[in-house]
Formats: sequence, C-alpha cells, structure tokens
Amino acid sequence: MDIKKLSNKLRFRIIKMSHETKAPHLASSLSCIDIVATLYESVLKIKSKNPKWELRDRFILSKGHAATALYVALQHKKFINEKDLKSYTKKKSLLEEHPSPKLQGVEAATGSLGHGLPIGCGISLSAKIKKKNFMTYVLMSDGECNEGSVWEAALFAPAKKLNNLCVFVDYNKWQATGKSKEILNLHPLKEKFKNFGWNTLEINGHDHKAIFKACMIAKNKSKKPTMIIANTIKGKGVSFMEDDNNWHYRTPTMHEVIKAKKELKL
Amino acid sequence: MRNEFAKTLTELAKHNKDIVLLAGDIGNKLFDNFKAKYPDRFYNCGVAEANMTGVASGLASSGLRPITYTITPFNTARCFEQIRLDVCYPNLPVIIVGTGSGLSYASLGATHHSMEDIAILRTLPNLQIVCPADTREVRACIIEALKSNKPTYIRLGKKGEPKIHKKIPKLKIGKGLILKKGKDLAILGVGNTLSIAKECTEYLAKKNIFADLISFHTPKPLDSKLLGSLFKSKKLIIIIEEHGLIGGVGSAVLEWANLNKKDASKVIRFGGPDKFLTGCGNQKEARKLIGLDSKKISLKILESIKK
Repeated sequence: MDIKKLSNKLRFRIIKMSHETKAPHLASSLSCIDIVATLYESVLKIKSKNPKWELRDRFILSKGHAATALYVALQHKKFINEKDLKSYTKKKSLLEEHPSPKLQGVEAATGSLGHGLPIGCGISLSAKIKKKNFMTYVLMSDGECNEGSVWEAALFAPAKKLNNLCVFVDYNKWQATGKSKEILNLHPLKEKFKNFGWNTLEINGHDHKAIFKACMIAKNKSKKPTMIIANTIKGKGVSFMEDDNNWHYRTPTMHEVIKAKKELKL
Repeated sequence: MRNEFAKTLTELAKHNKDIVLLAGDIGNKLFDNFKAKYPDRFYNCGVAEANMTGVASGLASSGLRPITYTITPFNTARCFEQIRLDVCYPNLPVIIVGTGSGLSYASLGATHHSMEDIAILRTLPNLQIVCPADTREVRACIIEALKSNKPTYIRLGKKGEPKIHKKIPKLKIGKGLILKKGKDLAILGVGNTLSIAKECTEYLAKKNIFADLISFHTPKPLDSKLLGSLFKSKKLIIIIEEHGLIGGVGSAVLEWANLNKKDASKVIRFGGPDKFLTGCGNQKEARKLIGLDSKKISLKILESIKK
C-alpha cells in the first residue's frame, strides 16, 4: 500500500479508537503516525511470527501516551489482531493506554516519560557487545525532553559511540498544558543534540520520503548516534484538530469522526 | 565487601560471557582487573544513575546480565522509577548493587547514608533483596543472584567488615542461615549487623540466655518457613539492621507476623530513627549513636526477658 494512504488509514483507526473508548492523547498519536507508519512499513526488520527474533530492529515508543499509533501499526504488521485492537482499554486487555511490556511487539514499558532513550541506549550497546547488526529506533516527544534522564542518555549514546541508535523527536511544539517554548523552551533543539555529539538531522515529520531517507542516513552513513528532529503538527491530518492542543485530552464525537474520515479521503 | 564483589565478578565473567558491569563513576582501581580482562564488558556510565539503570534494562532485554554498581542511595532512591519500570515491571534479570549501605559512609553525611533503601525497594514486585553479612556471603549471593535470573538488589557495606563465616556458606536467596543454635531466643542480623548479632549471642550466653544466631540476609522474599518455626519456638525474636526502623526488615517481619496471625509482640527491632543523622562521626560512632551496639542491645534484651 502507498505509505501516504496507509498513514491516513491508520490515522482514521486511531481517531475511531479515541471516539470509541474516550481515551485521550489523540493529537499526540496523529502527530507521530507518519513516522511510526514509515518505520513499520519500510524501515524495521521485524518478524511478526517471531517477535523476539534476536536480530530484529527494535522500536521503542518512548512517548508511550501515543500508544494507539503503536497499536495500529502492530495490527497492520500482524503482531496483534483486530480483536486485540478492539479490546483497547478494556478489562483483561494488554492494550492499555500506555504500552505494556507484556504485549507482543512492545520492547519497553513506556508512558512515564524519559525512559525509552536510556533503554534504547542499552539495547544499542548490547548489539555492539554481541557484534550483532541491528538498529534501535526510539521515538520521543518534545515535552519528554524536559526529563533529565533524556539528557543523561544524550550524553551516554555519543560517548559510547552508539551509531546503531536512531532517535526521533516528534517536535510538535506543544506539551500537555501548553506551548513547549513557554514551559521549558527547547529551542534550539537540534543544536543542543549536535553539541552533545549526535549526528543531527531536521526534517518534516509528515514527509514519508524524508523520514525514510533520514533513517537510511542513520543506518548506513553515520559514525555517531542519529537524532532526527521531526517538525510535526499536533493533530496532523484533520483540519479541526491540527495545532489545537485541546485535542491532547479531547475525544471526537461521531459527527467529528465522520468529518475526519472525509478529510482523510477514505 | 566491595573488593570481594569485584574479585568474584571478575572470576565469574571468565565463564559467563553475558556479564556486563556498569559503574556510576565509582570504584577507582577497584575494577582495573575486570576492565583489563573484559574491556568490552565494563562501562563507566558516569554520574547518571537513571540512565545507567535504563541501559541495564536494555542490555538485559537483549539477553545480557548487567550489574549496576554505585553508592547505595544513588543506585536506589535516585533511580527508583527506573528500577520500578525498566527492571521490575518487565521482570528483567538486572542486578543492582549498592555499595556503602546503611551507615558505612557515616562521616560523609546524610547525603551518603542509606537508611531507606530496603524500605522503598521491597515495595517493588519481582525484586529480590539480599544483604550479605561478610565477604563470603557476598561471593555466595552474587553467584545465587546470577543463577536466579531475577531482578536482584544486593546491599553491600564497604570494606574491612569482620569475617563471620569460616568458609563460603551454602547461601540460598530467601533462606536464612542459622549459624548457631540457642533455645531461648533468636537474634537475626541483617547484612553487616550480623557481627553485632554475634556479639549479642556471646554476651547473653554468659548470662545463661541462649540465642539462635541467624544471618537473615534476604529481606525479600522473606523466609516464611524459618520465621514460622522461630515464632513457634522462641520467646523473643530480635532483629538488628543498619537501616531505618520504618519499612526495614523488622517492619517486614511484623507485617509477616500480622499476616500469619503470629504474636508480633515477640519481635524487638533495632535500627535507625526517623531522622536525618548529622555529625555522627565514623560508622562505629554512628552505630553507637543510634543504639546499634551489642552491649546496649544485649541489656535491652535481658530487660525484655525479665518482663
């Protein structure tokens, strides 16, 4: 399937899940779905029939609140099935509002921010120690970069020459309660990581070709760990959700779901 | 204890190629031998314990056997959430080693004391906690922790602790070691307080009071079988720990007694007060200050027996 179409299909599924369960963080999932879709469709070497395959590429959704973006991708790649997806947030389901390590395809328990990058560093280091050739990808939010542990790991990865680590910041310029620049300003974010010793790239985080290209640079050309600052729009894809932080917690009505479907040309 | 830890680990790493040692910028020269032999399995993670614990989680999830090592409060309280979510929740076999526990670093001030680590860590599901009493227990418990394949916290003192065991004991995590039998009471030493417990049994023996001497090295999981038999057969159960009384091993035993409908009034606990200790001098002086002194404890025991 065309990656753009796939992203919109997954977008709509996320919107429906939010409507059906009244679970928040819809806009956060829409913000990063193009990155997640590109990784799962074109980048990650993974096997749904052997989810613990030793040489698999690892993906950690460090911004665990965007769990629906991960779940729809896992369903698309057949790690979980449609029935699993329907169980989201329900009693006895492993699909909670933040990813559980018990769920197939989930590499780390995330949701408390600032955990994914240190864990990703550990996995990358394990590949170096064992001389295995796989990549580790981590996706963080910009709000997440408030956490001190992110900066501990930002020092660690270049120091230990983890060039098998590729990290995205979903830089939508919003966090839970306001504009990130008004809370703890991250600007200039790319320069910060560059000065920490990372290979840094800045891309449009909704441009699938650019996402893919950045991943290939990280994988094939970099002697340093790669930090991709992905400029994104929170709520991307649905005009009335875009860049409106109310959708961090709001969930759509049926009417809004139908409107969104039209906009996504599905 | 720390020298024995480094020595044992260096030996074990020869055959166990999965052992990876992570240190939080501590152990100057301590790990030189390990580093020389296994340069790709030693990483100084800097003064960044949250990251070090997350890194350990990532290593363990890829099948390696990481051990994190730094001063106790920084390897426990500082990175508690990483231990909780990155290690215990996914149940990964990371070994967390705290060095300088309790009042080992008394003169360094309250920043370096660790009187809360057992209390906070025993709230975490999946984690086992071991407090070796001397170098020989250190060796045994590292071997057992690696064998167990479970998240484990090992609480070390520093160096120069008195040797209690004449040879390496058959230590099993979760099973107390009875070193000496006595009909009247039981004295449980936790980790480096075992030497105090031993002195107490000797003092009391002169007064014709005979006590079991037990190395109660595992605060979690508790040795239910042993506790059951002690509550049944002893007049008093004495617990001595270089840790705060709130939430420590004594607390854990009281909870156990309550849950198992035993007479909790048999328990007498010796440990630290509910306050930060300042100006307490060296470890020996600090112990005295909070009543962790074999003579004082023995006199209290004698008093309690009379009642």
